[in-house]
Amino acid sequence: MPERSTYKTTTARRAPRDEGFVQDEQVILEGVDISGQWNKMYEPREIVDYDLTHLEELTAIPGAESMGWCYQCAQCIPACPVDTAGGDYGPRKIFRRLQTGMDLFDHQDMWLCTSCQNCVRVCPKEVDMVEIMPAARAQAVLDGRNVPGELLEMFQNVAEYGNPMGESARRRTRWTRKAGVDIRLLPKNPGPVDVLWFVGDYYAFHNRGVDAAQAMARVFSRLGVDFGILGVDERTDGDSQRLAGEPGLFEEVAEHNLEQFGKYEFGKIVVSGPHAYNAIKNEYPRVSHGKTGGDTYPVEHYTQFLAQQVDALAPLLSGSFARKVTFHDPCYLGRHNGEYDAPRRLLEAVPGIEFVEMYRCKAQGYCCGGGGGGMWLDGFAAEHQMERLSENRVKEAVEVGAEVLAVCCPYEVSRFEDAVKSTDNDGKLEVLDIIEILDACMEPIGEGVA
Amino acid sequence: MKIVVLMKRVPDLVEDLEVDGSGKALATEHLKLTVNEFDDHALEEGLLLKETSGGELTVVALDAADVDKMLFTALAKGADRVLKITGAANVEGNTGLAAVFEEVLSAQEHDLILTGVQAADDRDGQLGPIVAALLDVPCVEVVTQVEVGEPGEGMVTVHKEYSGGVVAELEISLPAVLGIQAARQSPRYAPVSKVRQIQQSATIETLAGAGESSGAAAGGGSGFSVVEMTAPETGAGAQMLAGVDELMAVLEAKGVV
Repeated sequence: MPERSTYKTTTARRAPRDEGFVQDEQVILEGVDISGQWNKMYEPREIVDYDLTHLEELTAIPGAESMGWCYQCAQCIPACPVDTAGGDYGPRKIFRRLQTGMDLFDHQDMWLCTSCQNCVRVCPKEVDMVEIMPAARAQAVLDGRNVPGELLEMFQNVAEYGNPMGESARRRTRWTRKAGVDIRLLPKNPGPVDVLWFVGDYYAFHNRGVDAAQAMARVFSRLGVDFGILGVDERTDGDSQRLAGEPGLFEEVAEHNLEQFGKYEFGKIVVSGPHAYNAIKNEYPRVSHGKTGGDTYPVEHYTQFLAQQVDALAPLLSGSFARKVTFHDPCYLGRHNGEYDAPRRLLEAVPGIEFVEMYRCKAQGYCCGGGGGGMWLDGFAAEHQMERLSENRVKEAVEVGAEVLAVCCPYEVSRFEDAVKSTDNDGKLEVLDIIEILDACMEPIGEGVA
Repeated sequence: MKIVVLMKRVPDLVEDLEVDGSGKALATEHLKLTVNEFDDHALEEGLLLKETSGGELTVVALDAADVDKMLFTALAKGADRVLKITGAANVEGNTGLAAVFEEVLSAQEHDLILTGVQAADDRDGQLGPIVAALLDVPCVEVVTQVEVGEPGEGMVTVHKEYSGGVVAELEISLPAVLGIQAARQSPRYAPVSKVRQIQQSATIETLAGAGESSGAAAGGGSGFSVVEMTAPETGAGAQMLAGVDELMAVLEAKGVV
């Protein structure tokens, strides 16, 4: 045992946390000397000194606070579709990178999230990427910091023409000419209707979307739905612009659309797309508009609207569709808004169909990659991922033996058809909107029916 | 440095253009206007110049459909002042337009005047030179870069593009007019929230233009009149040739060789 004097010099040291080694102490308890070294476990210690500037810059942005709540459990990583597609991504990874010095504003991680919400589903700390990313991106767009050119081009198109393609607003009704049925254009014929059908950009302008729009018009017509469309006065719903970081642009188009809704008398809005559904249902009520503030309208996705009428619809399905069909849940109909049944009920009503689920379905559905602005970041994503999310999904559809991949989001026909080709599955898998399948099973009407 | 950017709105080619009943002008019923792309580059080059060398940037534009939005967007991008000229909608060609701009510029401090080298609705590239002639200052066209500083006070260095990939570096004394072919970077994006914010707080200064008399001020009108305006005739189509022999046969048949 050392001499007491040795202890005295030891105890004269400065606090151990300052010098990094453990202090000896002299303790005599009831006459017994129990002096010794303190267990390191009871001392405050610093393992690594992180510079949290970039993390704090991010979490200071209203909406992005929850990025700081991550405790690295990593449940989000296998749930993240971008990571699955080889993007080395996910909230846990982003948090860790921020902690170790990454500036998100200079990094591709800012733009890869598709806001699919699958990570939020599993996160025990409620780190909400669907709130974080749009808020952070909005700051990046406002400050002009490394925003991908593809995305800016889309914003510019929406600002100038009201649609992401940069098409003339006057061509928004061109698809109606070959629908084979009369379609009421509310600006020209403004009387009351039961249904205001919000057609959307891809249905109106994309060459495959047009097929679905025409099919919808015919199905509505056969069902005797009293409907009208906004025609040239419709603008993009704005949901993707909001998620991609342009809240001002979202507000501008939302105000415009709300103003159009306000002009007409109708029972409900039926939308073609899950993003329009999400926007009108959850976001438009928050938009200050005119004197009244945000307006709330009853809105249904077309699969919900038709599923309610499946008893009237079923007798019209006289044809058979004897093929093996799987269904891709759109993130913004399913996970974001909880609707998994309506599309399935419609498919089940199709005569002759053999329905098969993919492994990742319903709440666990895999993202197509088009959400959160991903639709316009194809080139950017290709640089930072091993494959497109749509390619990953198409491979799964083929693996479960499907001949047809049924969808009900206007972004998806184009995305998945491209992915079918790029994964060498051309001829093996057909991509069809559910409305196209329904239309194909009904008695042909009009010149537009092939 | 006082930078002035002259901008105008031109027919948007995203719409199908139609000729009106007179057969001499575009039908305006469905005509949508958009910013002249070259003017947008002139603004961008002006903003870059302002950011590197300081100064004040003013945008001047003729009143036209959606011109306010264009001017608020310019403010959102970094312009300091915007001027809208009203009552000059019927000016004839670039001669008339230049006379209107000259009148405005005479009343504004200016060291450097930037404008697009040409516009989709004229393609004659004469606006810059005529403005310069009226102001009696030098002019360089087809400019791709402007730098201040090196030659010293009252001078700028500009890059002028020639065909065949040749670029000249010129020093020019101020004040001067530059016709911008392309800015050093793509015109920046103005976030809509910023534009909307500026729309609430900023003002567009309005000036009354000299209107139809402007052409006369420039020396007797524009000197041209539109005789007829038609869509281009569709050609008979191209003949695809398989090889040199076929090419020779065609040339011989035409009597060229």
